[in-house]
Amino acid sequence: MKILVGYKRVVDANVRVQVKPDGSGVVTDGVKLSANPFDDIALEEALRLRDAGKATEVVVATIAPADAQPHLRNGLAMGANRAIHVVADEAVPPLAAARAFLKLIEKEQPDLVLMGKQAIDDDSSQTGQMLATLWGRPQATFASKLVVDGGKATVTREVDAGLETLEVDLPAVVTTDLRLNEPRFIKLPDIMKAKSKPLETIQLADLAIAATDAPKATQYAPPAQRQRGVMVKDAAELVAVLKQKGLL
Amino acid sequence: MSKVLVVAEHLNGKLNAATAKTVSAAQALKPDAIDVLVLSDAPDAIAAEAAQITGVARVLTVANAANAHAIAQVLAPQIAEIAKNGYSHVFGPSTTFGKDVMPAVAALLDVGQVSDLMAVEGTHTFKRPMYAGNAIVTVEAPTNHVVVATVRTASWPEAAKGGSAAIEATGVSAALPTHTRFVELAAGKSDRPDLQSAKRVVSGGRGVGSAENFKIIYDLADKLGAAVGASRAAVDAGYVPNELQVGQTGKIIAPELYVAVGISGAIQHLTGIKDAGTIVAINKDGDAPIFEIADVGLVGDLFSILADLERVL
Ligand SMILES: Cc1cc2nc3c(=O)[nH]c(=O)nc-3n(C[C@H](O)[C@H](O)[C@H](O)COP(=O)(O)OP(=O)(O)OC[C@H]3O[C@@H](n4cnc5c(N)ncnc54)[C@H](O)[C@@H]3O)c2cc1C
Ligand SMILES: Nc1ncnc2c1ncn2[C@@H]1O[C@H](COP(=O)(O)O)[C@@H](O)[C@H]1O
Repeated sequence: MKILVGYKRVVDANVRVQVKPDGSGVVTDGVKLSANPFDDIALEEALRLRDAGKATEVVVATIAPADAQPHLRNGLAMGANRAIHVVADEAVPPLAAARAFLKLIEKEQPDLVLMGKQAIDDDSSQTGQMLATLWGRPQATFASKLVVDGGKATVTREVDAGLETLEVDLPAVVTTDLRLNEPRFIKLPDIMKAKSKPLETIQLADLAIAATDAPKATQYAPPAQRQRGVMVKDAAELVAVLKQKGLL
Repeated sequence: MSKVLVVAEHLNGKLNAATAKTVSAAQALKPDAIDVLVLSDAPDAIAAEAAQITGVARVLTVANAANAHAIAQVLAPQIAEIAKNGYSHVFGPSTTFGKDVMPAVAALLDVGQVSDLMAVEGTHTFKRPMYAGNAIVTVEAPTNHVVVATVRTASWPEAAKGGSAAIEATGVSAALPTHTRFVELAAGKSDRPDLQSAKRVVSGGRGVGSAENFKIIYDLADKLGAAVGASRAAVDAGYVPNELQVGQTGKIIAPELYVAVGISGAIQHLTGIKDAGTIVAINKDGDAPIFEIADVGLVGDLFSILADLERVL
């Protein structure tokens, strides 16, 4: 079984993102970039399936500018067999990303595609669902448990009402939630080994995907800031303040 | 000429409050008509509820055994087919239901989706949060195309009841896949208010320390008639089930009163409560970031403070 993993590079989760003064975007110069946390979880799950003998090959793929090679090397150091770098100068919206991934699927014929439930930069939560649709295959989003057996996968999903379990035929797209696993740390010797693993580069234009009609971001603004309020000294004073505000 | 199709969310034969919030967002477009679509195995009771939402012109129902559970790849072709009957906008709630199905609808309609719509500026101009709410972004949807969007429910009130829309059964010809099968839903049974629509919420974090200790959070919530929420750390540690998680990757909520107990206030948590009316923070660390945004702060040991509250409330 071959697994294709969506492995997006995003602004690190610990960075306090700042909007540029002219509203044209957010500050990314000198800001730490990392793998999308959900994609690390997707890769970890793929590696565990390989460790368990269910999968034979794990391929990480990213659509990103030319300077994203070290990011893919991280994925290889974590344990992926191969990497595919679709080189795109500009950020691609989810529908275009899904179309590009569909081209990779046609080439790679994976049995399972693992993606994050959302990229923490645009917070879109669209790409996996769109890919499943274009591919005409099942989707199981927000997975917190994945069991692969024969030509099927049983997926437990974190939904608003609780935990939902679906059974899907493979191939399928599964998107990961935070509680699926805890990604492993990369070890130094693996960073050395990753240098000689195959990393294929493809120009986005060479995938010849159809032009997409997608919403465009035209203006960025910082959110309204909440103000620091009052401090009270004990429970009685807290209740008094809340009563005064008409909340109790 | 805007005509909006709102995809209804329901569970166990009942309409979810997210639907009336999505209708509110549709009303902000000042459209010519808003229709609600109910896909179910037994849509009648749900449709009757939806028909009472003011501003709704028609409720369309598709009754099909395949719609007994909300399987995105089964629902999406039906929604997309109906959307092609002259709708300019297709809206669903930004709940796990809407996030699952709406991008599939968008892909079938060949257009990108607007996620988490929080404000309407024009028929094709919207605001939405990105970067865990650190940026509010104006997005322009292509004007030559149907707009597919999920609506950030915390940004919109429930549209009022009191309407009496026409209910029309309809059919679809789209072939539905059988590659995905529902197995089960393990739902937390609770007679407490629903976290996403409750007026008051009490949340506990890692500071609460254990699943047993969470009893004091439940007790305070019961006293206040509040729903219970939690930080990711509390959920990950197994103190409470996942559906209680509030934040960027949990539920985005806007109660009138939010009480955060033993929660530090990480950005990913705060993004889930930034529209709350009054935020109360109880934490033993006076430097915890939660105090920077709390309307009322109380520094101290949560166990003794909650015991005191129990007495004075
Ligand atoms: C991609 C991503 C997504 C995430 N999504 C979410 C999300 O949706 N929701 C979410 O909540 N988090 C989310 N997180 C995690 C987030 O970054 C924090 O780790 C988490 O919110 C911390 O939870 P906490 O405040 O309960 O725990 P901690 O940060 O450990 O804080 C515990 C607090 O309890 C206080 N405390 C301890 N004992 C006592 C006592 N006896 N009395 C009073 N106070 C006490 C401490 O002073 C401390 O401030 C996400 C992280 C990532 C990377
Ligand atoms: N440019 C990209 N490169 C690699 N993977 C991507 C890219 N865009 C989206 N994805 C995958 O799709 C998931 C959801 O992204 P999004 O729809 O943007 O929230 C991510 O977690 C990735 O797994």
